Amino acid sequence: MNFKHKFVFLFPGLFVLIGILIFPIIFTIRLSLSGWNSYTPEMNFIGITNYIRLFTDDPRFWESFFRLSFLSVTTVILQYVIGFALAMMVWREIKFKRFFRVIFLIPMMTTPVIMTVIWRTFFHESLGPVNDLLGGLGVKPILWLSDPVIAKFTVIIVEVWQWTPFMFLLLLAGLLSLPREPFLAAAIDGASPFRKFVYVTFPLMAPISIGAIIIRLIEASKIMDTVFVLTSGGPGTATETSSFYIYIKGLREFQMGYAATLSFTYLVIMIISLTIIAKVLTKLMIKE
Amino acid sequence: MSKLYTFLKYFFITFWTVFVVAPFLWAVSTSFKDFQSVNSKVTYIPWLDFEPTLEGWRVLIKSPAKGGVDIVEPYFNSIFVTCTASLISIVLGTLAAYALSRFTFKAGFVRNNDITFFFISQRIMPPIVLSIPFFIFLSTIGLLDSLLGLVVVYIVLLMPIAVWIMVDFFNRVPKELDETALIDGCNPYQAFYKVVLPNSIPGLIVAGMFCIIFGWIDFFFAFILTFTEVQLLPVKVVALNSSITPWWSLSASALVSVAPLIIVAFIVERYLSKGNLSGALK
Repeated sequence: MNFKHKFVFLFPGLFVLIGILIFPIIFTIRLSLSGWNSYTPEMNFIGITNYIRLFTDDPRFWESFFRLSFLSVTTVILQYVIGFALAMMVWREIKFKRFFRVIFLIPMMTTPVIMTVIWRTFFHESLGPVNDLLGGLGVKPILWLSDPVIAKFTVIIVEVWQWTPFMFLLLLAGLLSLPREPFLAAAIDGASPFRKFVYVTFPLMAPISIGAIIIRLIEASKIMDTVFVLTSGGPGTATETSSFYIYIKGLREFQMGYAATLSFTYLVIMIISLTIIAKVLTKLMIKE
Repeated sequence: MSKLYTFLKYFFITFWTVFVVAPFLWAVSTSFKDFQSVNSKVTYIPWLDFEPTLEGWRVLIKSPAKGGVDIVEPYFNSIFVTCTASLISIVLGTLAAYALSRFTFKAGFVRNNDITFFFISQRIMPPIVLSIPFFIFLSTIGLLDSLLGLVVVYIVLLMPIAVWIMVDFFNRVPKELDETALIDGCNPYQAFYKVVLPNSIPGLIVAGMFCIIFGWIDFFFAFILTFTEVQLLPVKVVALNSSITPWWSLSASALVSVAPLIIVAFIVERYLSKGNLSGALK
């Protein structure tokens, strides 16, 4: 095909995206080299002072980063396992198959921040139904939102509720597109359901699984809405994630320059670690 | 063994269904409560546990001057921003995806995959990283607190999704299709418009639905980049979540705002069951 036409197809989208993004990215890098804060709201140049501060004198950022890693890896693993199980269950004929498929899809269609507001009343420690029903069973009230350890699990529960459907959708679409022959062969060999899963279904699903996990990790690393409404990072800093910490530095304390430093460092770390994770997963799950 | 498996399966499915539905049931019940029935003790069933009232629903259409919430305008704002940004993203994203799927690009070390990755990688950026520079960018060009400004930002959110889905989809549309059209005397644009596009409707629908979902559910950009002139639905609802939260109107407005997209769940399921989606989502 002809050479020039390809640019006509590609360029509108590419240039619109670059055009919108070029300013924010350059601006962030430049801002990260400045001391812009509420006392001196100007684009001065202070070199890499901000970066030195980040790497030597800011344990709170690194704590929030490890917390984020813990939260996103845990939620994605849970979503993958549960999503895969649910997809396997409604893959073949069962009663009310279509009804369950719709039900399992619904949470991802709802606005996270709005559902979190509902979850917040749901987990309310004295007026919410969870503690009330558990109380009926004789369980003491659980501090869903004000205990530093339990609050993390509350965030995980809400994230799993919200995003397992996405995993479920990708995996079910994958299962439905699998070729029939390997399953017939396994059936002829008389393989047990367990062996069939380990030797046929799972390997065939590996590429789809990797794609789904990476996409979910990317999205999960942005956990913000849930934390923002559910706990506001609290109690203390128990559920504070990187995004939320950047938000506090940038838009609450107006240390714009330092927030830009955090943003840029965070982006670099994310791109590197996601690339590594993608490579490792591919090695682990696809046997040559 | 197999009986135990069946039992576990239905147990798990039932458990998950209850888990999925629980917050909705709670919200429906709460939306009919008043101050008394929320704050005295935990109540569940209308008439049995508490006397239901429509107050939570009524304030939604009252104007703020009369102590209402008025979510009608934010509702239309949200629909406008989501649909416009989705449409633009789909058009531009589909064109780019077609180019990336059919032609070879080479510029230095950059290949097709790198360009595709560039598009998709925009999703890695957390909203907070972009929102600070966007705040300054939009205020410079005077689009802060406006619908147009939000549309511009949402294109960045949504175009990667459109490109991701459409590249995969076009890779599955046989190349012979365009080649035949070219031999029959179409130019590349006609081949794309008259032959490839009509065969890509399922992919376009999936991409469209995903754009609409991710546009509709965004909160953070709307939260940072708008104040009083323009309000989007999620911001409006979350604003109710203050120190003395009116749980009833909060629940009612939450239900109203998540309702339209639940229809999307039915459409997605239809496509899944017909097998059209498996090609579109790899």
